[in-house]
Amino acid sequence: MSVEAREARQPWILLSPALTAVALLLFVPLIFIVIYSFWLRTATGGDEVGFFLDNWQEALSDAFYRDILLNTLKIAAITTFVCAVMGYPAAYFIARAKGNKVILLLLLMLPFWISYIIRTMSWINILGVSGALNSVLIWLGVIGEPIQMLYNETTVILGLVHFLLPFMVLNVFVSLDGIDTNLEDAANSLGATRWQAFLQVTLPLSLPGLAAGGLLCFVLGAGTYITPLVLGGPRDAMFANLVFEAIITQLNWPLGSALSLMLLAVLGALVLIYNRYLGMAQLMKGLG
Amino acid sequence: MSAVTLNNIVKRFGTFTAVHQSSLEIAEGAFVTLLGPSGCGKTTNLRMIAGLLDPTEGEILIGGKRVNDVPIHKRNLGLVFQNYALFPHKTVAENVAFGLKYRDVPSGDIRRRVQDALELVQLPNVGERYPKELSGGQQQRIALARAIVIEPDVLLLDEPLSALDANLREDMRVELKRIQERIGVTTVFVTHDQSEALAMSDQIVVMSAGRVEQVGAPQEVYNTPSSEFVANFLGASNILEGKCTDIGADKVALEAPIFGKLAIPAEKAPLIKGPGPAKLVVRAEKLQLSQSPAPDGVVSVPAHVETVDYQGQAVRYFVRAGDTQLQAINMIDGYPFAEGTEVNLLLRPQDCAALPG
Repeated sequence: MSVEAREARQPWILLSPALTAVALLLFVPLIFIVIYSFWLRTATGGDEVGFFLDNWQEALSDAFYRDILLNTLKIAAITTFVCAVMGYPAAYFIARAKGNKVILLLLLMLPFWISYIIRTMSWINILGVSGALNSVLIWLGVIGEPIQMLYNETTVILGLVHFLLPFMVLNVFVSLDGIDTNLEDAANSLGATRWQAFLQVTLPLSLPGLAAGGLLCFVLGAGTYITPLVLGGPRDAMFANLVFEAIITQLNWPLGSALSLMLLAVLGALVLIYNRYLGMAQLMKGLG
Repeated sequence: MSAVTLNNIVKRFGTFTAVHQSSLEIAEGAFVTLLGPSGCGKTTNLRMIAGLLDPTEGEILIGGKRVNDVPIHKRNLGLVFQNYALFPHKTVAENVAFGLKYRDVPSGDIRRRVQDALELVQLPNVGERYPKELSGGQQQRIALARAIVIEPDVLLLDEPLSALDANLREDMRVELKRIQERIGVTTVFVTHDQSEALAMSDQIVVMSAGRVEQVGAPQEVYNTPSSEFVANFLGASNILEGKCTDIGADKVALEAPIFGKLAIPAEKAPLIKGPGPAKLVVRAEKLQLSQSPAPDGVVSVPAHVETVDYQGQAVRYFVRAGDTQLQAINMIDGYPFAEGTEVNLLLRPQDCAALPG
């Protein structure tokens, strides 16, 4: 075998374990889901194998699904916006910190060591009827009776921000950290105030990081079902809750498959648009 | 009136003192170089003039006005960085126009002044391009154009040539000096490269460990170093511990190892005030290796060639005379002396300098 042929084969040999895993654990199940979505759930509880468009018709025409999809996108958008507003200053602080940035980043990652579900449930202890906040307010005499603060859209967004903020901070940090601090000095020396230099130089150069963080927050936020399940009320279901409901509660795998593919298509389209304009490289930087 | 004055400036970072009590007067229109090894405080001084750092003590005057409390964006200075620091998301023309936008210049004038600046740096046709499409040398020219287009009171250059290739660096050196002379702006240039400093400056400020060692014209600093540090930092010198035996009107009598008694011109020993310990400073290129007898008035000492460092048009010898090792840099015509050759070291006393011991 020639040297060229051997060198050409080498990456594939190294990639093969990962490719096998991706194929078996991602692509094959995805194909199953696509096939399932065309089967039909019968009245007796069994699945009728075949090519039926009923699930798709129901998923795409029922206003109930449409409204929940729109609401899901709205909640994801608000969450992303709040994460951007809260995360940018934090990322800026870390990127410009004189001391040990690694420690600050480690502190940022610290919540990831605790299960996402536990972190979400911790809000019940804080905002619940007998939670910390109500107890303090009653003790201070601000309120007489505990207030019901949980189980609404605001707490869902709160929980999502809690979950997603580190992703935003990390992505913005990576892009801010890559900006030469001389650029701001140069802008200042040319007559720009610090704020003007930020708006003219630092902010535009950090937009790719902001966009990458935004995409992650949006996609992860729009795909979640735990946060609305734990912190939302009955009317705060998000789209992934419908998939959960169809598959786990009603055991209607065909409908659940069609619904999950719908969400995949919407979020996939977003990722493609992002990739078209900004490229995946920025996202990789943030994740690495 | 001086363009820039530093009055007893001290800069401390925590317990570390980066700049000790340094004072400096920079004349209007002068090209002044802060020269020294890394960590000597030259960049700290530049950054304090720029307003990027605040001095711990002392005051800074620009055009006779105290600027300690004037923020950087109001100082009207042109700043050029080693890594160019061009705004990567703006075109070349937008980069150059950046400072003019904050100076109430009408937009028609902005375009004309940007074009003039680009022509001055000999890159009139790159306005629409982005910095990353230009070579390093071109980017540095654009950085210079951006700094001078605002007609700064002082141009501050922080090792602007260090990131360039050796050949380009020498071209840019000539170019930079040409532009500075053309617009006549007072310039403070920071470098660790002695040849840049010697070639470009009206005045060199040699710094070491946060202190100003010597201030003077290039020839003065080179020929009459005022300290051992300066003698060694600018070129290579041999420094021999000796003593001054007598001081005359125009000559100083020195006694040094190897070379014995020498009478050197008084202007080459300005710091020697009377008999006592003294150091003889012999520049490596003033020490000539020869196998012919010495002409009149030239001291000749036998020596042995130990190491030959061949550099093409010149050669650096390490020779041993008695138990002392000396360096000599000689221009050569053809082949250098081989290692192990016995030679004579020729030295003209008027080429020596002396420092107090």
